Amino acid sequence: MKYAYYPGCSAESSASAYDATSQMVAAALGLELEEIKDWNCCGATEYFSIDSLPAYALVARNLALAGRQGTSEVIAPCSACYVNLKKVDERMGDYPQLNSDVNEALAAGNLSYTPGSVRARHLLDVICNEVGCDAVSEKVVRPLAGLTLVPYYGCYIGRPEGGFDDVENPQTLDRLLKGLGATVPDYSLKSSCCGGHMTQIGTEVALGILRGLIDLAAKLGADAMVVACPMCQLNLDVYQNQLNSHFGTTYRMPIVYFTQMMALALGMEAAELKFEEGLVPAGPMLEKWQAAEASPQPRKKKSKKALPMPEPLDGGDSG
Amino acid sequence: MKIGVYTCHCGGNIAGTVDCEAVTEWAGRLDGVEVSREYKFMCSSLGQELIEEDIKEYGLDRVVVASCSPHMHEPTFRNACQRAGLNPYFLEMANIREHASWVHKDRSEATEKAMALTAASVARVRYNEPLFARLSPVNQNTLVVGGGVAGIQAALEIANAGYHVYLVEREPSIGGHMAQLDKTFPTLDCSACILTPRMFEVGNHENITMLTYSEVEEVSGYIGNFEARIRVRARCINQELCTGCGVCEEKCPAKVVDTIFEAGLGRRKAVYRPFPQAVPKFPVIDQDNCIWFQKGKCRACEKFCPTDAIDFEQDDRILEIEVGNIIVATGYDAFDARRISQYGYARYPNVFTALEFERMTNAAGPTEGNVVLRDGETQPDSIAIIHCVGSRDVRYREHCSRVCCMYSLKFAHMVHEKLPNATVYNFYIDIRTPGKDYEEFYHRLLEEGTVFIRGRAASITDATLTPEEEGKLIVTAEDTLVGRQRRIPVDMAILSTGLEPRHDSHEVARIFSISCSREGFFKERHPKLDPIATMTDGVFIAGCAQGPRDIPDTVVQGAAAAARVLSIIGKGEVEIEAAKAEVNDLTCVGCQMCIESCPYSAIEHLEERQKARVIEALCKGCGTCVAACLSKSITLYHFTDQQLVAQMRGAMDALFELVPA
Amino acid sequence: MTLNPNSVYGRIISELHGGEKLRSCLQCGMCGGSCPSGPDMDHTPRKLFAMIAAGQDDEVLRSNTFWYCVSCYLCTVRCPQEIPITDIMYHLKHQAIQAGLYTTDAVDFSETFIGHVENYGRAFEFGLATQFYLAHHPLGGLKMGPMALAMLSRGRLNLRPTRIKAVRQLRNILNKAKEIGARG
Repeated sequence: MKYAYYPGCSAESSASAYDATSQMVAAALGLELEEIKDWNCCGATEYFSIDSLPAYALVARNLALAGRQGTSEVIAPCSACYVNLKKVDERMGDYPQLNSDVNEALAAGNLSYTPGSVRARHLLDVICNEVGCDAVSEKVVRPLAGLTLVPYYGCYIGRPEGGFDDVENPQTLDRLLKGLGATVPDYSLKSSCCGGHMTQIGTEVALGILRGLIDLAAKLGADAMVVACPMCQLNLDVYQNQLNSHFGTTYRMPIVYFTQMMALALGMEAAELKFEEGLVPAGPMLEKWQAAEASPQPRKKKSKKALPMPEPLDGGDSG
Repeated sequence: MKIGVYTCHCGGNIAGTVDCEAVTEWAGRLDGVEVSREYKFMCSSLGQELIEEDIKEYGLDRVVVASCSPHMHEPTFRNACQRAGLNPYFLEMANIREHASWVHKDRSEATEKAMALTAASVARVRYNEPLFARLSPVNQNTLVVGGGVAGIQAALEIANAGYHVYLVEREPSIGGHMAQLDKTFPTLDCSACILTPRMFEVGNHENITMLTYSEVEEVSGYIGNFEARIRVRARCINQELCTGCGVCEEKCPAKVVDTIFEAGLGRRKAVYRPFPQAVPKFPVIDQDNCIWFQKGKCRACEKFCPTDAIDFEQDDRILEIEVGNIIVATGYDAFDARRISQYGYARYPNVFTALEFERMTNAAGPTEGNVVLRDGETQPDSIAIIHCVGSRDVRYREHCSRVCCMYSLKFAHMVHEKLPNATVYNFYIDIRTPGKDYEEFYHRLLEEGTVFIRGRAASITDATLTPEEEGKLIVTAEDTLVGRQRRIPVDMAILSTGLEPRHDSHEVARIFSISCSREGFFKERHPKLDPIATMTDGVFIAGCAQGPRDIPDTVVQGAAAAARVLSIIGKGEVEIEAAKAEVNDLTCVGCQMCIESCPYSAIEHLEERQKARVIEALCKGCGTCVAACLSKSITLYHFTDQQLVAQMRGAMDALFELVPA
Repeated sequence: MTLNPNSVYGRIISELHGGEKLRSCLQCGMCGGSCPSGPDMDHTPRKLFAMIAAGQDDEVLRSNTFWYCVSCYLCTVRCPQEIPITDIMYHLKHQAIQAGLYTTDAVDFSETFIGHVENYGRAFEFGLATQFYLAHHPLGGLKMGPMALAMLSRGRLNLRPTRIKAVRQLRNILNKAKEIGARG
């Protein structure tokens, strides 16, 4: 299937590794991506705080352009872009007045957009739910055996309107990484916020949040945290040194994109996957992986007295 | 034609929005109206006497009362007419309360609408025909569905009055949720100790046929004359031979988690009795988990049974019974805590549900009453009780479940009693204690040192931030009385799950021809004055199937439903509504469209004459067949075309006159 | 109850899509308990809603609460009354800016960001970092120095902004939107 592709501004700079490996993985899985021609910034979380109607119109321009290219679905690898595209599409559908206001603005640029005509999809969603985790895992040539990877979804995978996974306890990335052969612990902060722009405007607040996230991953024995959003990557990676000096900690937690880890498992060369763009080196993780032999996990013994554990709900519930 | 029109003020309910004087004056000028009056409360005895006197004095032959819904007072005014010697079907009501004063704000518009509604009734009533209600005898048997405390109470009341009861229960034993509970608030009576004598009484009562492991599949008929089809599922136990010794259970090698009685906290065998005091005493073989049924070998129970009571060949039985009344008391389901994933149930071992905790504190439960963590050994030093799990939340259940505050307080008390050094936190939004001695119980818990934090718990997590939090579950919440976020590390968390309708309540409602609220609780006839009856005569509801409530309220409702049934049995016969359909033999072409359309299977096809015929006893007068009949051969008495057209014309003529074009 | 249409409360209800749901706040504290930056806010969102209902508009608009909102929507998805809390936070920022009642750098950060978007059609991370930090945190900017250098050396910062082709079209759309927004 052909999808419109919305790389987002960070693809051009801070998250070029994500952009590159997203395209590599998509090609390997047979997903045809056609970049939206002359797309503009989604406004991140900044535009809505200043003025909401231009913020809506800004995003709607991209939807209108995607529609004009003849696609009905647009893939965004960046969670913040994804959530803005989705939110604007849905709100325009929910509120007729907003719809007509936004379209009046678009008309000033000879564009128009019908809510519901272009569906925003996160790259993770398309890979896990269209291609399918099982299909991906069948394509694995070099399993990520021996690596403990913590899946960190960040906030925008399921929020605000409930996307393709459980809002509080998403499973998509867990399933994907398990399918790649990695050990995936239950990381309870998986959908917590990374602090967003607070690293810039309230560093103290942000560092506290980031420390909690990395600390739990370290406790779980993670070799790396795997992310699906450039903002999460930026905050956790670029600010790791600063938080170490602030709190006197010594974390060296590589923060990698899920597409990088997929590409690795699908047999692509590590040297081509831009791991070196991370400020925290991914080298030790990669060396461990190359040296690792798949060894079965020791099973925990259960005491005879232990009470039964309830079964989890299938598929989760978005509430 | 002499018509009397009576406009009711209903105190301020109608007169507050509708100009009753103007309505009265207007109605007095309508064609055929002999007398038009207004009165503060037409339903009062003085109001009724007014109608009766006018009928006699003016020789009225039709009466229109413009007041409330006929659901409320049609019987009242029909009786008044009858007392004055007028056929009760010569009465017509105009609903100017629910249809005018309560739903409009503008006084002049509401008044115009009230005038039009009254005019419609006046135009219609002249075509009303005298009808005579038929009396039908009442079968003295009663069907009680659900063997929880509501059903038990209802069954015993009726059986003790000397009438026969069929008590149908889905599970292998009666007892319901109450049998699972440890103590009951606020008196701390042992739940089983007060319930089991009642269960035993039911099991041995000469007037009660107890059908456990059974379900009602179909119900037909009408008040006084219902027929019900019941599936009695195969227990695979010969009840004639079984002594209830329990050897089969002991020898059975198949162990499964008991998600019903033990709420998932304990295990049972594939052949089992849910609990020692189960009534009846006979076990059942759970075929889904029995090794013989699944793999074709084992039969250990059969080998060891001293009385040869195991019967693998047993089939389900279908029982057809006839009853006069039905009480539906099917109870509730506990909210599934896994749906709120941020509370970590089924993720973190030491998060428990309320029902799990009930079983845990119960001396007969899986931990013999010891409060321990999921490892079965470690005693917790700190416990958080989270209120309103699944309740008071529009994304799950909007309602307040009414019992959770009180049972949460009870849990706190149980912990204080069993683990005096443990700290207990209650995270609440509001503490609701509306019951006898309930507030006093709350005060007692305050004195016992329970920590109360006013704030809905936001999450339960294992993500720790400080060394003190290490290895604990952290409950995060805003302490709203302080206005700050708090993180409380605990060893154990208990989720006070709310009460919700049974998962299949809509299906059950359909079987008994009753209706459900949007949520799925059964709907009562009137929320204030008739919370026991339903819109289907002869079918009553009791207990949590109607809405969340505690044990005393449930028992009261069970007894109240029984009283309603007994009053019908005592009367011996019921009046059957005279508004029935009738087929015109001359024009009926025998196409059978009406038979297909009838929701009550009340029309039969006379083969030899190729005609349809309405079975009067079954017809509910709904009119579906009238609309379905292609040759216009069916008349529904009291809703004839002539009457309805006159009613519509009356309204339209009035509007043409009242509303300027 | 009739609200003063110019009060903070009145404006949320009349201007914000879904804002009327604020009326149904139960004061349960789910939002305050869930907020990742809650500990640093001077009032929790719940308390702010109580203050809004009590008409303490000045204190509300001077609060740092909404400036510390990270737009993670956790409160919104958890609110048992389905109040669009994050959107209300956006609206409060908007109101505080209009009233001139703010003491945070966040506004300049957002405005710098938006300035780039309006001029180039794309965000400009390097420009944002330099302009914002030079203006507000010359010393903090020094601390950021090594970080920026590390990013530059890894090719993660572009020194020049990317400009889309149809900047004029975009500006026409945004100007029109501002005009429509202003007429209310």
